[in-house]
Amino acid sequence: MPHKVVSLISVGRHPQSGRSRRAEQDSRAVELGLKLAGTDLDVVHAGNTEEPTLRQYAGMGLPSVTVLEQDEKADAVESLQSYLQSEKVDIVLTGVRAESGESSGMTPYLLAESLGWPMVSRVADIVEVKDGEAQVLLALPRGQRRQVTVKLPFIASIDNAAQAARQSAFGPGLRAKMEAQQGSESVDEIRLNWEEVPAKARPKRLKVVKAKTAADRFKAATAKPQGGSGKVMKNESVEEKAKAIFDLLVEEKVIR
Amino acid sequence: MVIDWLPSVLIVVLLALGVIGALRRVSLWRAGQPEKVNLIAGLLAMPGRYLKDLHHVVERDKYMSRTHVATGGGFVLSMVLVLVVHVFDVNEQIVAWALLGALLIMLTGAFFVFKRRLNPPARLSKGPWMRLPKTLMIYALTFIVLTLPAAGILPEGAGGVVLTAVLSVGVVIGLGELLFGMGWGGPMKHAFAGALHLAFHRRPERFGGGRSTGLKPVNLEGDVLGVAKPSDFKWNQLLGFDACVQCGKCQAMCPAFAAGQPLNPKKLIQDMVVGLAGGTDANYAGSPYPGKEVGNAKGGPDEIITAGLVSQETLWSCTTCRACVEECPMMIEHVDAIVDMRRFLTMEKGETPNKGSEVLENIIATDNPNGYAPSSRTNWAADQNLAVMKEKQEADVLFWVSDGAFDMRSQRILRAFVKLMKHANVDVAILGDEERDSGDVARRLGDDATFQSLAKRNLATLGQYKFKKIVTTDPHAYHCLRNEYGDFDTDGALAGVEVLHHTTFLNQLVQSGALKLDAFKGGKVTYHDPCYLGRYNGEYEAPRELLRSLGIEVAEMERSGFRSRCCGGGGGAPITDIPGERRIADMRMEDASETGAELVAVGCQQCTAMLEGVVEPRPEVKDISEILVDQLVEEVH
Repeated sequence: MPHKVVSLISVGRHPQSGRSRRAEQDSRAVELGLKLAGTDLDVVHAGNTEEPTLRQYAGMGLPSVTVLEQDEKADAVESLQSYLQSEKVDIVLTGVRAESGESSGMTPYLLAESLGWPMVSRVADIVEVKDGEAQVLLALPRGQRRQVTVKLPFIASIDNAAQAARQSAFGPGLRAKMEAQQGSESVDEIRLNWEEVPAKARPKRLKVVKAKTAADRFKAATAKPQGGSGKVMKNESVEEKAKAIFDLLVEEKVIR
Repeated sequence: MVIDWLPSVLIVVLLALGVIGALRRVSLWRAGQPEKVNLIAGLLAMPGRYLKDLHHVVERDKYMSRTHVATGGGFVLSMVLVLVVHVFDVNEQIVAWALLGALLIMLTGAFFVFKRRLNPPARLSKGPWMRLPKTLMIYALTFIVLTLPAAGILPEGAGGVVLTAVLSVGVVIGLGELLFGMGWGGPMKHAFAGALHLAFHRRPERFGGGRSTGLKPVNLEGDVLGVAKPSDFKWNQLLGFDACVQCGKCQAMCPAFAAGQPLNPKKLIQDMVVGLAGGTDANYAGSPYPGKEVGNAKGGPDEIITAGLVSQETLWSCTTCRACVEECPMMIEHVDAIVDMRRFLTMEKGETPNKGSEVLENIIATDNPNGYAPSSRTNWAADQNLAVMKEKQEADVLFWVSDGAFDMRSQRILRAFVKLMKHANVDVAILGDEERDSGDVARRLGDDATFQSLAKRNLATLGQYKFKKIVTTDPHAYHCLRNEYGDFDTDGALAGVEVLHHTTFLNQLVQSGALKLDAFKGGKVTYHDPCYLGRYNGEYEAPRELLRSLGIEVAEMERSGFRSRCCGGGGGAPITDIPGERRIADMRMEDASETGAELVAVGCQQCTAMLEGVVEPRPEVKDISEILVDQLVEEVH
């Protein structure tokens, strides 16, 4: 039985020019969706049908894009939630980080919460979907992967480690159908209070270079972190776990 | 005599069969897309185009041009007279003598074709083309003998039945090749298709010494963007493919072929012929695409070209240097065809290879191929004190900086040129951050949508300001601005504006005495003609004159001027990067080294980058403006 896969897309923003574009991770979500469902993939956007960026996604070979038409001030989560509920969806793919507005970022978490579905973050690949379960590869730092099994339906946010999006072709993008549906009308009050400012570069943690040779440096850059000082706390009480985190924050001088 | 009538009947039958074949051929071309041509004016202009323009190209090989004049001229004349003498039975001795003369001329020509074919150069196709001189001679000899009685040399009916039978066989072989073969796809097809191709050429501006090199825009509202199937070509493009004589001059000039990349312009055109007629390339008897076997290509007028007829790498190997077009005696437009097919791959399939997709995405999002912030475009000129059009509104010269602004090597060229202009007190301004990529790379990579968008936006910006000239150091931008933006300039932003390459402009300054230059004291210098300056725009002289004004006597490479070999940097080739056995830039640098030059003068930042990428030891590479700036006489006041 084919599974119903939905990729959620948003209007991205080019980091250099600030111009609208197909968002890096969202387009990877479409790429993964195409791998899983082919052209049966349902690609959904909450916003404006006339948005030219949608054509860039459609140029990846989508016959149509579903647009939940709504005002910029309206809450995307609400319309997406009702759409996903009505469509009997198995897998929802989004990006990890928003490039503009209320896309990706919190969206998958809020959706998962309201739908009561599991949320898998930073997915590199979905290997297999069988018997109501999916084998999912999570992206870990330094190219490592962790395989987990997730029950359908679920929401996954797609990491930059996933397969890069294919080239967008102008012709098919131009000819794709924009299938409009009525989206939500309730105003997103929280968003109204947002103030957008350019991001500042985060301060970098000082790294003490212990390596003496190039080989050491190479190893440090590529080897699996051994996690000498790290500790996995599973069976300890909540208090003990909280204490451990608190101690670490003090040690790292985050709290004084 | 029982079968005296046989030769005359055979002539008529073969002529009729030839006409039927020709009509069938015409219907194959008509499968192409409509394109307006002036049929009558074209046909009237055809003889002139043949005698002047085509012969101008053939004349580069004197042996072949004389041979062809004798053979072709002799044939056309004799064919007319054959009909007069042998079909309409005109009994004038003088006509028969004229026919004999024509046939003798043709026989001589055919003999020299035969001689050349004894040990043919590698670029020529073999197969049926090897048989052609022999059948031509059979035709000439047969009709010479057949005409002797009419000329009064032999009595009527001499030789009897046997001779008539032998001559009839000769008629069948000779006219079978010449008339039947002409209509049904034999080697002589070139005469029929070639004549019509000259008449209905898609770029009539090329005749009479003109130049037409700008690519034709795509209708973005069409059902299919670019060419997917042979029938997506314009009908006169299909006709053009059919005109190919397989002389292989394109192959001998093609830099990609020489580098062992899977492209051979001659084979490509022949594959297009296979496509338009349907079938396989099994009968192709010329050099293959390097590294690809002949015989596996299949196609038809309505079959996707890249699905079995031509591989994608073949199309992406082309540097769009136009060497093949320049060399083609039949004036076939290879580059147009290649870009047409690339358009389909990029705009319909989204299959631009290697870095192509990334570069196009960058151009769309940032107006430059490397994805730099558009607001950093003028950073290179921070210390140049250059006027910006936005503030100045009006200037004599608009300096089109191009994407070299983002590249540190190219910035040296830009600075040198600015210094020269300042020295000559030129009233100059730049667009600054308002400038965008010219769209050259996007267009050559087949993304005409992005090219058109850039062209329109650039024109809108240009339209806001007043200037008399646009000068640029980048021949690719020069070509776009001069030859390709016109199709989109509905508001006349470039009306009355002169677009110049910096070498042309600098030459004007030097000749008018605005720039004082010392004599050059370095060693031997050679000059590399950039394709987009030379073949695309016909500017061969200004750079050389500039070098001469420094007292430099250019040590010319074997391939220079209109035969200059590409550096490998055009047509997005460094981006699509199709592997070959050698690098085109290495071969070009070998050309330069052979002259013994210590310095290669260049007029293009792309050529500079490509040639400087060749491993040392090699001659130094400098843009002409960099050479000039070193010889500038600083006047102390």
